[in-house]
Amino acid sequence: MISAFFIFNQKGEVLISRLYRTDFKRSIADVFRIQVVSNPDVRSPIITLGSTSFFHVRVNNLYVVAVTKTNANAALVFEFCYRFINICKSYFGKMDEEAIKNNFVVVYELVDEINDFGYPQNSEIDTLKTYITTESVVSAIQAPEVSSRITAQATGATSWRRNGDDVKYKKNEAFVDVVEVVNWMGSSKGTNLRADVDGHIQMRAYLSGTPECKFGLNDKLVIDRSTVGLSGPSSGLADRGGSDAVELDDCQFHQCVRLNDFDADRSISFIPPDGEFELMRYRATSNIKLPLRVIPTVTEIGTTKVSYDITLKTTFSPKLSATNIVVRIPTPLNTTDVDVGILGTGKAKYVPAENVIVWKIPRLQGGQECSLSAMAQLTSTTTRQVWARPPIDIDFQVLMFTASGLIVRFLKVFEKSNYHSIKWVRYLTKANGGYQVRF
Amino acid sequence: MSQPGQDAKFFQRGKIEEFRAELHAAEAKDKKFVKRKTVLKKIVANITMGTDMSPLFPDVVQCLGTPLLEIKKMVYLFLVSYGRSKPDQIHLVIPNFLQDCNDRNPLIRALAIRTMSYIPIPVVTEALSDNLRHALKDRDPYVRKTAAICVAKLYSADPRKAERGGFVELLRDLMLDSNATVVANAVAALSEIGDRQDGVIFKLNLATANKLLAAIPESSEWGQIYILDSLLRYVPERHADAEMMAERIIVQLQHGNSAVILTTIKALLYLMNYMENRQLIDYICKKMGPPLVTLLSSGPEVQYVALRNILLIIQRRPTVLKNDVRVFFCKYNDPIYIKLAKLEIMYRLARAENAKEVLAELQEYASEVDLDFVRKAVRSIGRLAIKVEAAADDCIQALLDLIETKVTYVVQEAVIVIKDIFRRYPGKYEGIIPNLCENIDALDEPEAKASMIWILGQYASIIDNADELLDDLCYTFLEESTEVQLALLTATVKLFVYKSRADKAKELVHKVLKWATEEADNPDLRDRGFMYWRMLAINPTVAGEIVLSEKPPITTDSDRMDRGALDQLLLHTGTLGSVYHKNPETFIRNAAGKALKDSPALNAHSRAVLIPLARTQLPSMAPIVVAGPGPTERSTEPQTQSSSVAPSPPSKTDDDTDLLTQSQPVPTSQTSSSNDQDETEDDEPPHTRQANNLDPYSNLDNAFGSYLADEPRPMAGRRHAEEDDLLF
Repeated sequence: MISAFFIFNQKGEVLISRLYRTDFKRSIADVFRIQVVSNPDVRSPIITLGSTSFFHVRVNNLYVVAVTKTNANAALVFEFCYRFINICKSYFGKMDEEAIKNNFVVVYELVDEINDFGYPQNSEIDTLKTYITTESVVSAIQAPEVSSRITAQATGATSWRRNGDDVKYKKNEAFVDVVEVVNWMGSSKGTNLRADVDGHIQMRAYLSGTPECKFGLNDKLVIDRSTVGLSGPSSGLADRGGSDAVELDDCQFHQCVRLNDFDADRSISFIPPDGEFELMRYRATSNIKLPLRVIPTVTEIGTTKVSYDITLKTTFSPKLSATNIVVRIPTPLNTTDVDVGILGTGKAKYVPAENVIVWKIPRLQGGQECSLSAMAQLTSTTTRQVWARPPIDIDFQVLMFTASGLIVRFLKVFEKSNYHSIKWVRYLTKANGGYQVRF
Repeated sequence: MSQPGQDAKFFQRGKIEEFRAELHAAEAKDKKFVKRKTVLKKIVANITMGTDMSPLFPDVVQCLGTPLLEIKKMVYLFLVSYGRSKPDQIHLVIPNFLQDCNDRNPLIRALAIRTMSYIPIPVVTEALSDNLRHALKDRDPYVRKTAAICVAKLYSADPRKAERGGFVELLRDLMLDSNATVVANAVAALSEIGDRQDGVIFKLNLATANKLLAAIPESSEWGQIYILDSLLRYVPERHADAEMMAERIIVQLQHGNSAVILTTIKALLYLMNYMENRQLIDYICKKMGPPLVTLLSSGPEVQYVALRNILLIIQRRPTVLKNDVRVFFCKYNDPIYIKLAKLEIMYRLARAENAKEVLAELQEYASEVDLDFVRKAVRSIGRLAIKVEAAADDCIQALLDLIETKVTYVVQEAVIVIKDIFRRYPGKYEGIIPNLCENIDALDEPEAKASMIWILGQYASIIDNADELLDDLCYTFLEESTEVQLALLTATVKLFVYKSRADKAKELVHKVLKWATEEADNPDLRDRGFMYWRMLAINPTVAGEIVLSEKPPITTDSDRMDRGALDQLLLHTGTLGSVYHKNPETFIRNAAGKALKDSPALNAHSRAVLIPLARTQLPSMAPIVVAGPGPTERSTEPQTQSSSVAPSPPSKTDDDTDLLTQSQPVPTSQTSSSNDQDETEDDEPPHTRQANNLDPYSNLDNAFGSYLADEPRPMAGRRHAEEDDLLF
């Protein structure tokens, strides 16, 4: 298990150092600095020297590092690092050198609490915030009864939620954000090499007491099941859902979701943590609706010029629009200058430092298209190097659209006080770094 | 609720004297203890920066009287850092500890035992013992779960003392606690103790295993991992037990934490060895695929762990992810370690149906920037040709196109794999030899050069100017690496055998034999030179037969790990060992090895290839001397080990295997019955060869040269224990 935990800044200075076991001295940090921080060519997040292994995760120029001398569970170690980063973000609003240095005492308290002897312990943010706070807590004042309640929660079956009586809202609301990251790789011949969706359902629950939630999607398996069950004419909803139900390849849930229920009848039931959390993640690969089509024509004219004709089309309904579109079109390394012309909207410029033409379109309505044509001038080089032709990359966002076709059918909230709650659902499909076409 | 901290200013190196003075000053007048808090923060910052603050021990301890939790925690942090080095002063704090151990606040009680157990010196552990015994039965679950881990700490400090104190039994009782978090921590602590070489043995029986399973839904995600992991300590006696257990844990595959998923998969893979129900096995295999793919949407670090594990899993259970090769196509901006891992999986999943797609991808990668990646992509094209006969034509064409690019490292890689393709499909592709010969000058790496030379020698009869080409290559004979020299030696001898009438060939072989035997320092080269020379002198015809004897064809069957080695390695799914594809005991000192345990329910094939747990072995290439106390027999062990690890002649290996199979009680009736069911692809008859289990790739037979050179691996172990201590 984890023997030591460190945070380094970019220079390799130690910002946090916690040894959980006596098999290392603090000087082990120097080994990491030499092997990883000062090494320009680190090719693995895990480095093993002799019997000692270093696991590291980089975040905003910080290194979060766990060290072990055992055959540690590598997935667990990385998940622990991720969790630690999330806790810091939630506590300090951000995770960078400044945040860690300004709050190092709290960080030490956290690090002592969420890991004991190298074994990760309760790390639910909501619970942690009840007893590890940035304000001073006078131990004499904190009543044992309060503490007992905290400990019961930290070790209990719903460790992610404070005791029901402690959570009160005037207005009971729940916000559901369905965020889909769509990945696409198109071949130069115009075919789809792969298209898939990584979906996340974020929830912000501001619900009093201990609410019991039921959540329903247009999951094909559920719809099919209910259609079989209600074979009468009354199953209008199920029929409607059946036609555009989505097939999910896989779902993964927050700790709060009862997996046994899901396994039995694919129902998603849970008592939510208070505030923001990721309820579920899913993956879909069938019938992906690609919101943007890119048709590139790139021709190398001799060895001195490359001509580009790139057309962008939106495929969704005209009521919606794609925003913040950024198209990055690679140019050869020996490009001297690029002439760009645009038909339609947007601005484009050549960025020599990155060898790309960046084409930005603030907004493009559904059913529209626009295009760019450009000519790159190349210097003659003595050695004929083959141009790697990295793919064209497109980033964008489309509100109220899901590439998988997923729809939230219902969110029901049951609480013993039987209050009325308001639910909001938003959809967002976006691409960042994974929507690409080769040419 | 959280106001932004402003503590960055404390990250300044300070002097011991100053801090001491400030602490004293604070004693006089310190409203709300602000001053003391400030000084302590400075001290903690200095500890972080690596300044030795231990001289302040008595002064810092004074602050414990302050009724402020924040100050208490900082003092405790100080004690954890320096307590061990101050055995003569630690008694100053014991009363405070004891008082906290009996505090009414459970958080304080837990904090006290947690901190005490971090200071493993006799004075403290003595004081802790009684309190810990109470804490293990505390009414508050938070204290109990903390106490459980304390036992592991106590045990690691002094195993015998912890045993004498009856703590192991108390821990065992905690496994039946009503609180799931307590159960999980008790399991974690017992597992740690059980993994020690000098620890008590930790096994689970069916009843306990079932109790633990019941705690999973209420456990935290980490607790679930500890419990799932411990299931490998339960050996099913009946197929039904294993099957029931698998059905109960399979829901955990839907958990959002990747470590829960991988640990569940580890447990499932383990239990499958004891199952009989083919349908259930297939179902589990089907269920494992999607969560594994989903792991590829996690952070790159977890993706990497997942990919390395997938590579193992698909070798053992080929139906898993069989149709999912596309998800392993590399993204342009994947980190290099992910790309390399994906490439390996793409090759494994390639078959006639998807070979075209895979090849198109590999060709794409061959024009990318990263050298290692491009090389591996080119080699993969060659391996694909060897693996999938239907794709061989297209692969050869792709390789020829790549050679056309004249990019040196691409050409070199291509030549290396083409040599293997020639061996795989004799008489089919020799027509491309002229294209290769055009690029001889581009080859400057030993492996590529040696491959080209092998081709020249082997096909000297159909290459018109083979003698000239070899002659050119011989100009630098004495400067070449041994690999190239050996290749040249053999190639010139082959040339001579083919063209024994030609003066040039005669002249050339004479020259090379002379160099090899008279000028070379390398004994292998010299020996081989002498051998050839004598053979040629005694009977050239027989020499020809020997030198040009038919080579065993290259197949990809040997290109996968031994079933037995895989079974063993998969017991470490998700851990470091699974990332490196090495059993932990081979690269981590004192690591616990694992082996499948025999039971009436164990699948007959698994039993046949079962690798019994070897005693602690260290890598043969880098013997590590273990300093300090240990079993006395240790000193004699390395010698016996090195002899058993050394490659032994094949006859001996066979003997070993026979002995092993005889000694295993295999009920014949069962073998035949389960044989039928196991004849599906993932349970195909395993190689019975008991390969050197230290290296799962040992049966690769070097067919792919240094293909695996870029495998992730632990860096060479430090040779001397002294050096180890010096560094860490």
